[in-house]
Amino acid sequence: MNETEMRQDGSGPRLQLIKAGLKRRYAKEKIFRTLGIAAIFIALLMLAVLFVTITKNGYGAFEQTFIRLDVAFDASVIDPEHSGDPDVLSSANYSGLVKKTLREMFPEVKSRRQKRDLYSLVSRGAAFHLRTMVMADPGLIGTTQTVWVPADDDIDMLIKGHIKTGGGGGSRVKADKAAWVDTLVKKGAIEKRFNVAFFTNGDSREPELAGIRGAVVGSLYTMFVTLMLSFPLGVATAIYLEEFAPKNIWTDIIEVNINNLAAVPSIVFGLLGLAVFLNFFELPRSAPIVGGLVLTLMTLPTIIIASRVSLQSVPLSIREGALGVGASRMQAVLHHVLPLALPGMLTGTIIGMARALGETAPLLMIGMVAFIVDVPSGIFDKATVLPVQVYLWADSPERAFVERTSAAIIVLLVFLLIMNALAVVLRKKFEQRW
Amino acid sequence: MKYSILLLVIIILSAIGFYLGRRRSAGTVNGEIRRLHSLPGYYGLYVALWCGLPALIIMVLWLVFQSSVVMSIVISGLPPEIQSLPKEQMSLVINDIVNLADGLVTSDTADKFLLLAAEHYNRLRAVGFLSLVAVIMSICTAGLGFSMRYISPSMRARVKVERAVQVMMILCSTVAIFTTIGIVLSVLFESLRFFNKIPITDFLFGLHWSPQMAIRPDQVGAAGSFGMIPLLTGTLMISAIAMFVAVPVGLMSAIYMAEYAAENVRTAVKPLLEILAGIPTVVYGFFAALTVSPFLREVGAKIGMDVSSESALAAGLVMGIMIIPFVSSLSDDVINAVPQSLRDASLAMGATQSETIVRVVLPAALPGIVGSILLAVSRAIGETMIVVMAAGLTARLTANPLDAVTTFTVQIVTLLIGDQEFDSPKTLAAFALGLVLFVITLCLNIVALYVVRRYREEYE
Repeated sequence: MNETEMRQDGSGPRLQLIKAGLKRRYAKEKIFRTLGIAAIFIALLMLAVLFVTITKNGYGAFEQTFIRLDVAFDASVIDPEHSGDPDVLSSANYSGLVKKTLREMFPEVKSRRQKRDLYSLVSRGAAFHLRTMVMADPGLIGTTQTVWVPADDDIDMLIKGHIKTGGGGGSRVKADKAAWVDTLVKKGAIEKRFNVAFFTNGDSREPELAGIRGAVVGSLYTMFVTLMLSFPLGVATAIYLEEFAPKNIWTDIIEVNINNLAAVPSIVFGLLGLAVFLNFFELPRSAPIVGGLVLTLMTLPTIIIASRVSLQSVPLSIREGALGVGASRMQAVLHHVLPLALPGMLTGTIIGMARALGETAPLLMIGMVAFIVDVPSGIFDKATVLPVQVYLWADSPERAFVERTSAAIIVLLVFLLIMNALAVVLRKKFEQRW
Repeated sequence: MKYSILLLVIIILSAIGFYLGRRRSAGTVNGEIRRLHSLPGYYGLYVALWCGLPALIIMVLWLVFQSSVVMSIVISGLPPEIQSLPKEQMSLVINDIVNLADGLVTSDTADKFLLLAAEHYNRLRAVGFLSLVAVIMSICTAGLGFSMRYISPSMRARVKVERAVQVMMILCSTVAIFTTIGIVLSVLFESLRFFNKIPITDFLFGLHWSPQMAIRPDQVGAAGSFGMIPLLTGTLMISAIAMFVAVPVGLMSAIYMAEYAAENVRTAVKPLLEILAGIPTVVYGFFAALTVSPFLREVGAKIGMDVSSESALAAGLVMGIMIIPFVSSLSDDVINAVPQSLRDASLAMGATQSETIVRVVLPAALPGIVGSILLAVSRAIGETMIVVMAAGLTARLTANPLDAVTTFTVQIVTLLIGDQEFDSPKTLAAFALGLVLFVITLCLNIVALYVVRRYREEYE
């Protein structure tokens, strides 16, 4: 009784001791809690900084500066003999036409060096553009057309404000070029338009002509090979280990193996691909088939582990029910357990594929870093993939490639986002609580 | 293309086999299916398997071995003075032949023997393909005829088909084993060749790494030295910086999420953190090289320190960000596995929540947390793209995180990108580095997995 009274009025010596420490302890509690929030905040902040940097750097690449030229498709240059022969048309001097147009726009330019500067206002792709126009419609010959051609990447960067002019040694745009650009802007002959070429072109040394189509198609082929191999292999392995395998040393070894493979650095898989697929089996270098094989071995553990978890979550009663009405074990698994486990397996597969899509290092080892202009047309063609394209462009010195790299990253992230969203939707839709 | 047509033919033949087998089985009992041992579909599958499977196996074997067999026949038909050429020149000759045969090179400039060989090569390939078609067709029909004869009401078709399916599953599950064997063999084999040229002690304990070797013996220049210690210190330094970022942030966020956060905060924040793990590493590399490195350099210049533009710090920091979610999600699982009763007991004794966490929950979860940190370390050591893009190339034995250092993975990539001759120590060195990397990460993984498993068992 005495004790309780003491506690209630809080005058006991031990209680006083506790009370004295309470403030300090609560403060500590608060600090600890704040630290936790701070940690999460830091992590999320980093995520935000990453996304903001990439977007800020990259959104510009979806627009490209174009210059308006009034090109006279002079018959004496293109087709002097009026033959109409496609060979003649395709080998004509179109860059001469572009140069002539530029000279006419700026008649004051006389010296050779200045002329060279002037010609470099427009992209080298301008001549190709004119050629495709003429090839598509030979009737253009002899007429004067207003053509919008892509500007050189330096001019593009100048218009977008990423590089400055001036005589300094570091600046790539000389003062006279900048003056011409100003004139063009005043005339309304410079315009920013949606950059279609970025999505329809293959790689190029010229930033204004470089596009991601080759890399995207290469990625699709590689992913196709990976999916075709890793999904059946992974599901079959998971079913065997989960439903049929006897508990013995052999299956233990397989299990430990799979867990270990999941944590082997991806570059080691690249070494495997180089030594086995390229040097031993002599498969073609840089081809999606080899990339797909390497990525299959890499994603297989992920898919197997996810599939096993998914199989484990199917209750025993399903199996027993099937066995009870006379199904064989194989029938019970394939007809009853597998359909129920399939959504989970698909989710795991999508997540594994998303990881494979972003993988770069092993593909460097098997030569998918080659500079490839053409869009691949099969799994045995030379190709590159989107993340490797990012790596290649990130290495290029031109300022315009910084923008394009970021834009390629945005495209890559959009793909990943779609895949992950798909996985989440699948999980939500088919999630079953037993 | 022609192989995919052949594949299609095999599939169609198997489909026909399925149909015939099913009809035959029903026919043997005059439609009274209950007198059959298995459902008619199983007889169909039985026939289809006999029809398609052997043909498929033959075709795969053919695809694997065809080119080398054909090539060796072509080579044996070449003039003797060509056959005695050294290996490198021989491979050039082979290339020429293949290019000629494919029509990639115009034939008027080539030597006569090359033209003949190319013709020979083309003829052999054509003959080979025709014989493949013949062999596959006869195997398909033989399998079909053979299995059809065996169909009878008492034949246990289901058992046989199921056994075949199970064997296929077992084969699939051995792929994982073969992968490991493949990794070990390929890395080990090339490493042994490397150690034949460079003594293993020089590699393991050498303090100097500069793999640029003179290609010709009379060339001036570095002789090349392959001591891996500077790479090891570089790798460890960058990983240590990464863990310095990832462990506190990851662990604290895991604790907060597991112990404090409300349910709706958890469901919102957890996927966001997981996004960090899903971002491709090449993106982090770009971020490190483009944003973090210049930023650190600027800050360093302001406070009067010389920060290298490829500093270990930048690569380590960004790698740390990447690893945060690994540490946090693994630790989160581990902390959640600590029984609630421990917490309740501590709270009931009057401890505050933080005291409970620090003195009760964390000690109980420690083995699991250590395991997850080890896994994260192994991830950091094996990480490639961030260091390739943001760390340096020159191997330097230094303890200053503001200097540029290089790592195992960076060296593997730089040694193997581009043209390579397969016998130079330069290329083989990459495999030796790969072996070291594999062994280090393997040890870390095994210890980590063991610790985590033991820990889980303790509370289950």
